[in-house]
Amino acid sequence: MTEGFFSRGFLGRRRQTEGDDHLPPGQYLEDGFPVLSAGPTPRTPLEEWDFAVVGEIDEPRRWTWEQFRALPTEEVTKDIHCVTKWSKFGTRWEGVSVDTLLEGVETASEYVTAFCDGGYTTNLPLEDVTGGKAWVAFSYDGAPLEPEHGGPARLLVPHLYFWKSAKWVRGLRLTTYDIPGFWESLGYHNYGDPWREQRYWGD
Amino acid sequence: MQPRRILWRLADVIEVVAETPRTKSLVLEVPGWEGHKAGQHVDVRLTAPDGYRAQRSYSIASSPEDERLMLTVDRLDDGEVSPYLTDVLMAGDMLELRGPIGGYFTWEAADGGPLFLAGGGSGVVPLMAMIRHRVAVGSAVPARLLYSSRSYEEIIFREELEDLVARDGSLEVIHTLTRSTPEGWSGYRKRIDAEMLEEVGWLPKERSLVFVCGPTSFVEGVADALVGLGHDPARVKTERFGATGG
Amino acid sequence: MDEQRLDGNAAAGTLGEVFSFEVTTAHYACEGCGKADQIGAAMVYEVRGLGTIVRCPSCDNALIRLAHNRGRHWIDLRGIRYLQVEDAAG
Repeated sequence: MTEGFFSRGFLGRRRQTEGDDHLPPGQYLEDGFPVLSAGPTPRTPLEEWDFAVVGEIDEPRRWTWEQFRALPTEEVTKDIHCVTKWSKFGTRWEGVSVDTLLEGVETASEYVTAFCDGGYTTNLPLEDVTGGKAWVAFSYDGAPLEPEHGGPARLLVPHLYFWKSAKWVRGLRLTTYDIPGFWESLGYHNYGDPWREQRYWGD
Repeated sequence: MQPRRILWRLADVIEVVAETPRTKSLVLEVPGWEGHKAGQHVDVRLTAPDGYRAQRSYSIASSPEDERLMLTVDRLDDGEVSPYLTDVLMAGDMLELRGPIGGYFTWEAADGGPLFLAGGGSGVVPLMAMIRHRVAVGSAVPARLLYSSRSYEEIIFREELEDLVARDGSLEVIHTLTRSTPEGWSGYRKRIDAEMLEEVGWLPKERSLVFVCGPTSFVEGVADALVGLGHDPARVKTERFGATGG
Repeated sequence: MDEQRLDGNAAAGTLGEVFSFEVTTAHYACEGCGKADQIGAAMVYEVRGLGTIVRCPSCDNALIRLAHNRGRHWIDLRGIRYLQVEDAAG
């Protein structure tokens, strides 16, 4: 009915998409840092916060905030890509590598589900959060991570679309089966590689 | 209203009218419009030649009895859609929209009253549709509008409201200005608070129907204060615009 | 206070793409806490570009989750025990 219609004189916000081969297909460069929230911002006090590794694992692990902050950390600078098409280059984070959190873990499972305050979940292959590919980040751009951006800590998995970098993360569950998380169960791609433009199921 | 899925359609822009320095009313002709209830909104969608789309919701300002559909749009400086509607759109253009939408935040004269309407800035728009409907059907339901604006110049529909109040003793309009006041202003000059609501609102025992509309922080403050004063939460309906419209 | 959340009415357009009845006046009961009300009184988070999440104003449980991508609508109603809709007049 309204096929082919376009609004005279409307161009939308200018988007820098050309001449940049660091941009995955369909993305544009964003100056700000958009906040996308599917629910109220959790505000867990640090005294109550913990991070757990549970599931198909011999011995579950748990760190309080103090214990977590005593772990070795890394500073990383990464490009991030949101499925809503914005990308940011050179974002600076500090966090604990997931390799550190999973060090010495014995498991037969091939998948993890990240679970978070507020009920958000996302699923990933275990090999996509290990080998230097993922962190639990508590600092962004040199300052403590703000609650609206996932603070006190969020998962950071920059090689996949940013919905996999779960905000307000509280742990990883190692699972035998791959269990679609919050967005994956609403039509978003199970894996989410921005370079193959895997935004939705069937891409 | 018949059940049906709400589909996009094209409206003709008949006129774009300046209301205040930052707001404009769009007068539209929508072929096949089946009517609406005061308080409902439409979704407006803009499409660029490359297919890029932006979509926002706007409350209907016109009453169900009006011949043409009117939307009143507040221009947000960093918005993506509102500056197009206020600065670029003109008579003769077409506008893609769908609606009417939303059966929850509506009022018609048969619903009774007394009616208490609290609007913050462009939150007054759906409340104005209710007031215009009340006038159009000759309803005698007692009604009060408490309207918060930043300045006198930014009061939307100011003259029409003055005119309606002059002609109708059962409609009251109370203004409050939050940022600047003109010479000789004797009205409220603060954000709506519990004290003002107690002075201006109906008593809880009068069981008024309350509609609150505006930015999220405005709506939550007013609704919480009303419930705190003893108003029945089931009779307080809210429509938050969100911190960013666009 | 969350500036990002809106009233149930804000989801009316999106819900209207999928349901042929007026959803905001439909009654629901929350799977999480049992609270019953009209959808219009629930909290809506429009996650621009991703989807629409309707949450219980009492316990924040996700009542209804919606997404629309690749020409498909995805609807998750697991957060509600029921949806009750009156017959349309006429």
